[in-house]
Amino acid sequence: MSAGTFQTLRPSAPFWLIAGVAAVLALLGLAGAHHMESAGHWVTGMNNRVVWGLPHVFAVFLIVGASGALNVASVSSVFGQALYKPLSRLSGLLAMALLVGGLSVLVLDLGRPDRLIIAMTYYNFKSIFAWNIFLYTGFLAVVAVYLWMMFEPRMNRFIRSAGTVAFIWRLVLTTGTGSIFGFLVAREAFDSAVLAPMFIAMSLSFGTAFMLLTVMLIFGLSKVPVHDEILRRLRSLLAYFVIAVAFFVAIDHLTRLYAAGHTGVEKFLLVDGGTYPVLFWLGQFLLGTVIPVIILLTPRLSGIAHTVVAALLVLLGALAQLYVLIIGGQAFPMDIFPGYTETSSYFDGVVAGYTPSLPEIALGLGGIGLALLVALLATRVLPFLPQAQGDRPGA
Amino acid sequence: MPESEHSNGTPLRRSFFAKAGAGVALLALAPGVRLVELAMARLDDEPVSDEHRWGLWVDSSRCASGCDACVSACNEEHGLSGMDRPETDAQWIRKVDLRDDTTGRELSLPLMCQHCEEPPCVDVCPTGASFRREDGIVLVDKHICIGCRYCMMACPFHARSFIHEDLSDQKTHSPRGKGTVESCTLCVHRVDEGRMPACVEACNNAGHEALVFGDLNDKEGRLARTLAQKESDELRPDLKLNTAVRYSGV
Amino acid sequence: MGLLLGGIVPWTPATVYAEVVKPQIPPARGEQCVEPVEIMRRDHFDFMKHDRDKMVHQGVRAIRHSLAGCIDCHASKDAQGQFIPINAEDQFCQSCHVYAAVTMDCFTCHAAVPATALSQSP
Repeated sequence: MSAGTFQTLRPSAPFWLIAGVAAVLALLGLAGAHHMESAGHWVTGMNNRVVWGLPHVFAVFLIVGASGALNVASVSSVFGQALYKPLSRLSGLLAMALLVGGLSVLVLDLGRPDRLIIAMTYYNFKSIFAWNIFLYTGFLAVVAVYLWMMFEPRMNRFIRSAGTVAFIWRLVLTTGTGSIFGFLVAREAFDSAVLAPMFIAMSLSFGTAFMLLTVMLIFGLSKVPVHDEILRRLRSLLAYFVIAVAFFVAIDHLTRLYAAGHTGVEKFLLVDGGTYPVLFWLGQFLLGTVIPVIILLTPRLSGIAHTVVAALLVLLGALAQLYVLIIGGQAFPMDIFPGYTETSSYFDGVVAGYTPSLPEIALGLGGIGLALLVALLATRVLPFLPQAQGDRPGA
Repeated sequence: MPESEHSNGTPLRRSFFAKAGAGVALLALAPGVRLVELAMARLDDEPVSDEHRWGLWVDSSRCASGCDACVSACNEEHGLSGMDRPETDAQWIRKVDLRDDTTGRELSLPLMCQHCEEPPCVDVCPTGASFRREDGIVLVDKHICIGCRYCMMACPFHARSFIHEDLSDQKTHSPRGKGTVESCTLCVHRVDEGRMPACVEACNNAGHEALVFGDLNDKEGRLARTLAQKESDELRPDLKLNTAVRYSGV
Repeated sequence: MGLLLGGIVPWTPATVYAEVVKPQIPPARGEQCVEPVEIMRRDHFDFMKHDRDKMVHQGVRAIRHSLAGCIDCHASKDAQGQFIPINAEDQFCQSCHVYAAVTMDCFTCHAAVPATALSQSP
């Protein structure tokens, strides 16, 4: 595509309003992080049993979504679906913006965020976390190069190669993110090989939902009508990806339910764990899977508003899923002494309490705000948006 | 050339000979206590090696429920002053009370970092701050710890604590600060001087002697001989961590 | 041109900052430092970093440049005879570090007074 068929976003009052809200969210996130770092983590809800809390839920949400957001560009460049080509640039931008948002939340929650240089220079390559640091920063570089291939007409012939590298990098990155949890042999809720493919399905689901929302937002702001066919296909894709995630979640739970020793954690997460079963059945299953799939696969419910609701519900379900996975998995006590009931001063044998605190909520939302801000400002500066080409207006 | 100094002000050579002399005297007085002699064999300027592997034996039958001498000693030794916030206060060693679900038998034992031979915490640390010293002691290099808490997720024993607030009045031999992760060091500062960990000493002083410290590699030593005679096992044996801490009576 | 240069030269840092007070380092105890002042000034952080890695990872405790060693000699006492934390304002470390505008991180974790001042293990 030559530069002539792309445009920058022309600013308008709604644009500045949304950008303003995003900036405020990002600033509040920074304030929350500053409070956490200067006072210490005791001001958060995290403790020695639930060590990763709401910030990590948001960080994983954004990072996994970032990987999937690149899917539209991959499908166009690598798999030759020309229909999505006008959206490739936006797809790459969204991937970078979401990753920046997620990474910033992750880094700002560290106990010593001032030691970021240490994290980037001291590597223990046995650690999947170390690999992920490398994969995340590398992803930004790879997508930046990929975008450059798209923008620069003389480099257009390398789009396919760059896209393939980005595609493979994405898969490795998402597998790595899932493996952060999957490699934890000590924890019943995590230790599972199915987490890696589940995370890939999650990335496709979250990323497509983000993409749908972004397309409708940006095109709404720029008054460029969305191609009917693209919307229709993305809706179906999202539905199938959501079903794929549900499949892996079901396998994960069924396997654990089948094994004799693991029914305790399943009972906790699905039945009597309080917050967690509610989030799982109401948030992840009903709001995040069943209702969106119905909306997305019903032709009568294919208006812009319906699509926005479906995509938002998918993302809400995603947050619920990650909350149950990450926090529920930590809250359930580890079975250090099988066959015994344990009590101690360090909360052995009891379900750990966790309540998200204000700084954590601010930080998590700040990541979303930062991602939105980066994406919006970038569309002002560089031609990421396709121009109207006599398409029929979206339904 | 000025000599390097110990924190108590005596020159190195003098303190070495003083301790070596004490070691020999101790050897003469207590033939069973071979530990001290072995530790003194390493000069302070030599790196540790895998010649030794320091470990603990816990005899739960001698551990008294309600006694927490080991916990108090550890807190005192390392300056683990809590903030009255049990959910975020550091605990390097804790007493766990157990009740058998089937038989109803009750017992009590201390739980601390198990100093595994294959530590999950070392595998997952992104910067390599969590590491295992050649002589088996698993430590956190707090200079490069970024406070990500992944090791806390990975530890099968909840042995690690995260420091959630600013600290002051740290002990010189036990630096610790906000934003990093820590756990039982097997009193490495004591071990390197040829002494035993504070918890073991306290348990002995309390008259229970439920904890035995020693060199797992020294087949003639008390620890290895005890483990060779008494039935014991590591915790969570299915994970095959080959821990340095062994329990009897669980 | 000459006027321009004549106008600029007096504004170079050496002249502008000539009135800034150099660090006033409190006197230390002990005979002399483990290294000459010029070497310490330039290299003290490298010494500490190298030796700390040897100590923490390899258990080499006989270090020339231990932090605890610095504190033993360079910590001052107040009027009541109590040790002042060495990283307090105008004390040994901060008098140079504030002048050089270099933040130091040591005492987030390390004790800032000599070991004899705190109750150590029996």
